Amino acid sequence: MSALLEVDRLEVSFGGRTAAVRGASLAVERGETHCLVGESGCGKSVTALAVMNLLARGARRRAERLAFEGQDLLGLSDSGMAQLRGNRMAMIFQEPMTSLNPAYTVGSQMTEVLRRHRRASQRVATDRAADLLARVGITAPGLRLGQFPHQLSGGLRQRVMIAMALMCEPRLLIADEPTTALDVTVQAQILRLLAQLQRDLGLGMLLITHDLGIVARVAHRVSVMYAGEVVESAATAELFARPRHPYTQGLLRCVPVPGRIRRDEPLGSIRGTVPRVMPGFEGCAFRERCDFADATCSGTIPRHAAGPTHEFLCRLPA
Amino acid sequence: MLQFLLRRLTVAVLVAITVMTLAFVLTRLSGDLAISIAGPNATQADIEVVRKAYGLDRPLVTQFFDWVGRALTGDFGNSYFFKAPVSSLIAERMPVTLTLGLTGLVIALVVSLPLGIVAAVRENTALDRVVQLVALLGQAMPSFWLGLLLMITFGLQLGWLPISGTGSWQNYVMPGIVLAFSAIPALTRLTRAGMIQSMGSDYIRTARAKGLSRASILLKHALRNAAIPVVAIAAVQLGFMLGGSIVIEQVFALHGVGFLAWESIGKNDFPVVQAVVLVLAVIYVALTTLADLMNAVLDPRLRGP
Amino acid sequence: MNVATVTAGPRRGWRSLATWFGAAIVGIASICAVFAPWLVPYDPFAQDLGKRLLVPFWMEGHVPGHFLGTDQLGRDYLSRLIWGCRISMLIGITVTIVSGLIGITLGVLGGFVGGRVDDAVLFAITTRLSIPVVLVALAVVALLGSSMTLLVLILGLLLWDRFAVVARSTTMQVRHLDFVAAAWCAGCSRFRILVREVLPNIASHLVVVATLEVALAILLEAALSFLGLGVPPPLPSWGLMIAEAKDYMFFSPWVIVIPGVALFVLVLGINLLGDGLRDMFGTRSDP
Repeated sequence: MSALLEVDRLEVSFGGRTAAVRGASLAVERGETHCLVGESGCGKSVTALAVMNLLARGARRRAERLAFEGQDLLGLSDSGMAQLRGNRMAMIFQEPMTSLNPAYTVGSQMTEVLRRHRRASQRVATDRAADLLARVGITAPGLRLGQFPHQLSGGLRQRVMIAMALMCEPRLLIADEPTTALDVTVQAQILRLLAQLQRDLGLGMLLITHDLGIVARVAHRVSVMYAGEVVESAATAELFARPRHPYTQGLLRCVPVPGRIRRDEPLGSIRGTVPRVMPGFEGCAFRERCDFADATCSGTIPRHAAGPTHEFLCRLPA
Repeated sequence: MLQFLLRRLTVAVLVAITVMTLAFVLTRLSGDLAISIAGPNATQADIEVVRKAYGLDRPLVTQFFDWVGRALTGDFGNSYFFKAPVSSLIAERMPVTLTLGLTGLVIALVVSLPLGIVAAVRENTALDRVVQLVALLGQAMPSFWLGLLLMITFGLQLGWLPISGTGSWQNYVMPGIVLAFSAIPALTRLTRAGMIQSMGSDYIRTARAKGLSRASILLKHALRNAAIPVVAIAAVQLGFMLGGSIVIEQVFALHGVGFLAWESIGKNDFPVVQAVVLVLAVIYVALTTLADLMNAVLDPRLRGP
Repeated sequence: MNVATVTAGPRRGWRSLATWFGAAIVGIASICAVFAPWLVPYDPFAQDLGKRLLVPFWMEGHVPGHFLGTDQLGRDYLSRLIWGCRISMLIGITVTIVSGLIGITLGVLGGFVGGRVDDAVLFAITTRLSIPVVLVALAVVALLGSSMTLLVLILGLLLWDRFAVVARSTTMQVRHLDFVAAAWCAGCSRFRILVREVLPNIASHLVVVATLEVALAILLEAALSFLGLGVPPPLPSWGLMIAEAKDYMFFSPWVIVIPGVALFVLVLGINLLGDGLRDMFGTRSDP
């Protein structure tokens, strides 16, 4: 059986100038949380938007394969895609403060999804909306349905967004940095909620984040992205135990672990900065910052397998 | 809400008083009113009679407060020319002007909103440029000239529409179009800008992610937010249209308040002129208050927590 | 609203074309205005009742010598058109100077000082906006007789609102910027800050407003002259020419069309130039 979401060598460029994504490949299985992790600007959000075909007008996307539940998404028209969005695949975003329409009530924004995709009546849709609000831990759902977004806090709004995404019982939930804009305590709550919903509903989840801590907590599989490419992917435990790509290794070194790091030991960092990659770039984007780089790093980089589900993109042997 | 209304009311009253003062000073600028009223052939005795009859022999300050006092109760005195109460003259003619203004506003909205939306959706394409060009052309068009051109073409050469009077709804078509021309550029630009901003916002991205239809995203989600400033400006534009109707009413011989003012200016009928200026000013303030109220109605964020 | 920043050169594409077109129109109009006495083929006031209502060059029966024909009193149309341009430009610019002085002073004062002064300025603007401009201008001219000076004064006293609004809001923005605070800390007097820091930064916005106000003043003067209470006849204001032509518009429509087109093209040109300046200065989001 095919994976829930298959992405094979996705490329996205804007106006021919910037190659935001140069080769992202990943697969999300049913009931699995797959984290796409990387620093700001590496192209992870663009990847998610490209999957949902929500890119801005000047963007071009291309891929070997982009499929959802076995169905090809690349050739799908915008209206065909609109049938899937909010319905079988849903997405929540980073900024809950601005992601809801200020002019309409929470209730009307939630019910319109169900009414659009399932032709449900207002009554049925309202009931479901109330159910879901309760499910995501919002008290007095009936009251909230009649409120406007500006009357809710950031954490509440994000919960509303999650509930809204679940209205039509999607199979896949894409969450683009859902907790980044929230307070730390709220972050933990939202993550717990997402993990719980995933277990209860058997959702496949693609979670975009820059925070390795989140990855460690909720991910079953991880894909590490750098300068528009997925450079390593593995099961979470495997990645943290045996990172193979120098970038991943560098990242993990940067995270201070209480108890393991000594007092006068300097914090880890990766020297250099993320390069701006133009279309037509050859070779490994990390080579300027890599301690193991040599001349062959400017050529084609092979993809190695370091285990049955562990892949990485580097000339170094597995 | 109550506080807001009270504050607006205070402003309205203050503006009205200021305008009244200005209008009063205005009409006394030329010197002796009695001479103007009495006419060129009057003798000194005639002038004195006029002076007494209209209370022009009293000190200016008394005249002013007397007028203000009565104006606040709606009594604007009597017209020198028509020998009738000014307030009833204005009341008779107001429906024509209001109809004209509203016709102009409706036409303007019917044209601007779709144009603005189309220009925003097709931003930076040829169509967008055409719409912006149309807005520019509208801005440069002298309204009285447009009125005359329409008259010649549609009234005379084609005979489709009447060129003067207020008999039927057809009388308001050409004048309405001319008035609309003055508001279309601003409303189109505003709609376009508002839609562009709205369409680029995060909640539209959410709407797309929910798989809503194109029409729903455009009209239900984007327009709703973009329309808020447009509605407010529309009310203000109506105020300008009512104030500027004097030219159009003259060109098309529509007997509204503007026409009345025009006649009265020609006859030095000061009570009428003063009163019309005041009434138009008060209407303008009322419209801006209405605009603010509508903002609060349309934008839930303004209603408070 | 953005404070003025100079963008990297004028925008490409049609905007530049339109701006150059506008500039060309304004250039031609300025030349006509300044050199009118030398450009006119005939005396614009000279009547010749034997040569009334001759047709312009594109119509049958055209008499060579009068390129655009003559009006109902035998005066050469082209000459009156050129002279009318002079009048329009003159009025446009002088009114803008007067209204600019009033509006900018009020706006900057309100924006800079704030508090009660600002409240007073806002009230003045609200009151000014409530006043029906055409009506009041007509009334004043009717009362005091029409003359160029009076016209410029009254229009200047009535058209300062946009200057005030823009001057006020840009001043308020600039006032809060860091370099003003720095000057403040360095001990500069208020006046010095006003002149050295605030004014140069609001200048570009005001130039854009000025061009649009010139266009507005020209249109308004035309409307007043059309109604007979603007520029005193026999001065050939385009508005007046249209009014005079009204009686003949059914038989000789070109008499109405020509000055109207001239007015339209001039105002369009000024607006295009203003828009172009707005793009160049990067002040796109101004009202």
